[in-house]
Amino acid sequence: MRRRPRPIVTENSQVFTFTRRAMVLGGAQGVLSAVLAARMGWIAIAENERYQLLSESNRVQMRLIPPRRGWIVDRAGQPIAVNRSDFRVDIIPDRLKDEDRIIAELTALLELPPDEVDRIKGELKRAAGYQPVPVAENLPFEKYAAVTVRLPELPGVAPLRSFSRFYPDGAAVAHLIGYVGTPNKEEYEKEGKSPLLITPGFKIGKEGIEKTAEQRLRGRPGAQRVEVTASGKLVRELTTLQDVSGKPLPLTVDAGLQTFAARRLGDESGSVVVLDCLTGDILALASMPAYDPNSFTDGISQNEWKMLSQDERKPLLNKALNGLYPPGSTFKPMVAMALLQAGIDPKARVNCPGGFQLGNRFFRCLGRHGGMNMHTAIAKSCNTYFYAMGRRAGIDIISAMGKRLGFGEKFDIPVVSQNYGTMPSAPWKKMRFEKNPKLIERPDWTESDTLNTSIGQGFVIVNPLQLAVMSGRIASGLDIQPNLIRRNRPPPAPLPYPKEHFDAVRGGMWEVVNGAGTAGASKLELPGIQMGGKTGTAQVRRITGSQRGQSGAWKYRDHGLFVCFAPTDNPRYACSVVIEHGMGGARAAAPVAKDVLTYLFDKPKALEALARFEQQWGGTLAERMEARAKRWLAAKAAEQGTGSAPTAADR
Amino acid sequence: MRTSYVPAAVSMLPWRMLFVVIALGFAGVLGLYSAAGGSLMPWAVTHAIRFTVFLGLALVLARFRAQTFHDYAFFAYAGGIALLILTLMLGVIGGGARSWLELGFIRIQPSELMKPIIVLVLARFYAHVPPAEIRRFSAIWPVAVFLGPPIFLILLQPDLGTTMLIVLNTIALMFLAGLPLRLFIGSGLAVAAALPVVYSFLLPHQKERVMIFLNPEQDPLGAGYHLHQSKIAIGSGGIFGKGFLNGTQSHLSYLPEQHTDFIFSAIAEEWGLVGGCVLIFLFFLLLRWGMGVALEAKNRFERLAAAGLTLTIFFYIAVNLMMVMGLAPVVGIPLPLVSYGGSAMLTVMICLGLLMSIDRHNRRDRQKL
Repeated sequence: MRRRPRPIVTENSQVFTFTRRAMVLGGAQGVLSAVLAARMGWIAIAENERYQLLSESNRVQMRLIPPRRGWIVDRAGQPIAVNRSDFRVDIIPDRLKDEDRIIAELTALLELPPDEVDRIKGELKRAAGYQPVPVAENLPFEKYAAVTVRLPELPGVAPLRSFSRFYPDGAAVAHLIGYVGTPNKEEYEKEGKSPLLITPGFKIGKEGIEKTAEQRLRGRPGAQRVEVTASGKLVRELTTLQDVSGKPLPLTVDAGLQTFAARRLGDESGSVVVLDCLTGDILALASMPAYDPNSFTDGISQNEWKMLSQDERKPLLNKALNGLYPPGSTFKPMVAMALLQAGIDPKARVNCPGGFQLGNRFFRCLGRHGGMNMHTAIAKSCNTYFYAMGRRAGIDIISAMGKRLGFGEKFDIPVVSQNYGTMPSAPWKKMRFEKNPKLIERPDWTESDTLNTSIGQGFVIVNPLQLAVMSGRIASGLDIQPNLIRRNRPPPAPLPYPKEHFDAVRGGMWEVVNGAGTAGASKLELPGIQMGGKTGTAQVRRITGSQRGQSGAWKYRDHGLFVCFAPTDNPRYACSVVIEHGMGGARAAAPVAKDVLTYLFDKPKALEALARFEQQWGGTLAERMEARAKRWLAAKAAEQGTGSAPTAADR
Repeated sequence: MRTSYVPAAVSMLPWRMLFVVIALGFAGVLGLYSAAGGSLMPWAVTHAIRFTVFLGLALVLARFRAQTFHDYAFFAYAGGIALLILTLMLGVIGGGARSWLELGFIRIQPSELMKPIIVLVLARFYAHVPPAEIRRFSAIWPVAVFLGPPIFLILLQPDLGTTMLIVLNTIALMFLAGLPLRLFIGSGLAVAAALPVVYSFLLPHQKERVMIFLNPEQDPLGAGYHLHQSKIAIGSGGIFGKGFLNGTQSHLSYLPEQHTDFIFSAIAEEWGLVGGCVLIFLFFLLLRWGMGVALEAKNRFERLAAAGLTLTIFFYIAVNLMMVMGLAPVVGIPLPLVSYGGSAMLTVMICLGLLMSIDRHNRRDRQKL
């Protein structure tokens, strides 16, 4: 086994071995020291530049400062949408750890209601990691500070001082102005993933003018170089580039009038449009009921959303632009213009025996008016006159005049959408039939179609803005275009019709309110100022038997419409009012129009009248909205059983 | 040399080495003062107090005769084992391991105390092996007997890092004791040959850890975070550093464990390559002194003990510095005398006390001549 003899080990040789081996280990220590020094030199000298960069990028962070959004002001500069300094808390889902614990802690710190907690959890589930989810806005400083202090234990939570949008008039401007909100995934991707859109606290317009004027209102973000710790805590600001706030946007709207109109609508479902009939400026564009745009800013809870979307009065719909109605008798001033254009003498008389016989079909009038000329036919809203004369003039001339006065027209205003309805004509019917034969019985235009069109029924549907434009164009004789943004425009051209025509129609409309007409009860109670108007009652469903849409379930009742202008001697303002299922123009719409026009001439008087109404209705707009929300939640809780009733009632 | 007005006990101290040790301790105080954001609290003051107390303890140990440590080695060993067992029963859990023993006024880590004790036991054992027997198997197996119980107890905690250092230290001591060279070369080759095989048997996450050591940049935010930030600290310091109290990596907490395992990086960030090399040089001087003591020692026990104790200190320094510079995987081992933390400092101070005792013996013998 052993190839060579075992070396003899003595004490001396052992000392020698030890010395030699100790020298080896000592040398190894020296070598290692040199290696370490060399390695350190390599990192600190050769790679110094790279590591210095890395150290700087650790230390310094760029932070975007969201620009302050431009104000929206009314024609007199009164603010409609402003920015409020605000303490807020967001969650950045990407940095969130231990979601349940953190939400529980925030709930305790900020006293979040259960409804909000549900919303936050839902949004966290849907959010794409980088998108901040708002937790709470408009916090009192104490709560904000409570979160800031505990920040190290709350990874992913971002408390922030920023600005939030505030609409002092609340629901009254909801449909007109829209609202802002945190950008969603699609909006973020559409803007090329701009980092601004995922900066906490940054909002973009989601509806209405806030959306259409987004680029102008947004402004330019600022930037800040800050020194931060590893946990993201700010140590100090290094340099700051101030943001450039968005430009203020002046509207043509009169904020006071807008709010008055919205409040005057009360609990009715409807709209009020007021135009300056010399320029086309929209002074008010109110639609009720509405939502509170302020509650959309920090994300809306599911309950709130459900309440709004399930309401049969459709608070989410802008009825002034998107509500379509048969105009009924409010169509007649336009038809009268067409009759005059067709050469019919306004003095020519038609006997009204309570209707009009066309072949074997009898077209009803609302009464037996006897002999009628244009003036009295407008005043009494006699259908027979318009059946007979409309038939004589023919659809082509009526349709052309309708289009000239604004029906079927889509106006050039910065809104998200407007439904422009139908001004029917023979070619339109043919085209419509070809597209969808099921909707219409036959392709050719019939005389009964003409008769229906003459009284604003049948195929005709219009929106309230178009009604106001018609009224304004007849009142001033100018080809006004509605306008929402205050700017310099050339004055509108006069319409190519003789003055006598306008005078004849305006005279009829004067008679409606101030003479023996349908809206005599709504005469303006102002010295020297009179208004002219036309009532309308539009059927929601076909007349069945004696039930004429004047009773029964709310949603089957007739719509009440009213168009008007004032003062009659020198027209300045035009207005349309639509009260859905209000049962009649004279009964529901004309009184609203009267008060709205009164506001334009005598504010205290109008406000006094409104105060009386609001007392009857049970509080101001905001108070009633709150009460309604409470009732809704209580009803919902009762439906679900007793379990969640107390929490819902707390809200 | 001796002057009449300085007592012999004082003038006989190895002043040059003490100066080095105090300089290292002071570097620690400066580093900890800066790491706390320019504050004596919470680390710098505690470090200074501990350093003073433990240095005093080392000087007391130095007053004993080296022979005493030889005589009481096994008592100390038995005591150490008892403490380890006590730790497993009553110990405090920290960092995932039950390695701390709460003694009311102080918390100690018995596995640390075991390091110098094992050196003493092995040195005593080899001092008694007759020269003729040193190349026999009977010079190897008792080592396994001595090492078995403490290793087993420490692995139960579990503390892999300390176990590794003890095993390394033991192998180095056996090498110095004169065991045949082929044993070391042979087993070294065997381990090297087995590495790829072992690697293939590793679990996926263990493989990943090895890969991160080999290529730390691949996951700078996850497993490689510590090392990445440590290299940024050292690298951004450059030659002269960012200046005292100006380190951003440390002050903004990007560098983790900056007061314990990564204090060297924190110091290097502020004092640069120059500061780092001064520290390395100081450690080198300390180790050279230790090896010098070993070479001059008068008997086999003292020789082996001195070399073994020096190596104990060396392994601490080597593993820590290699770790912060990315030459070794990240294992939790502090930089002795500089890092905040009592146990490692206590161990090193005990080693230094024993070394001074041996040194005193050397010099006394020299003077007798």
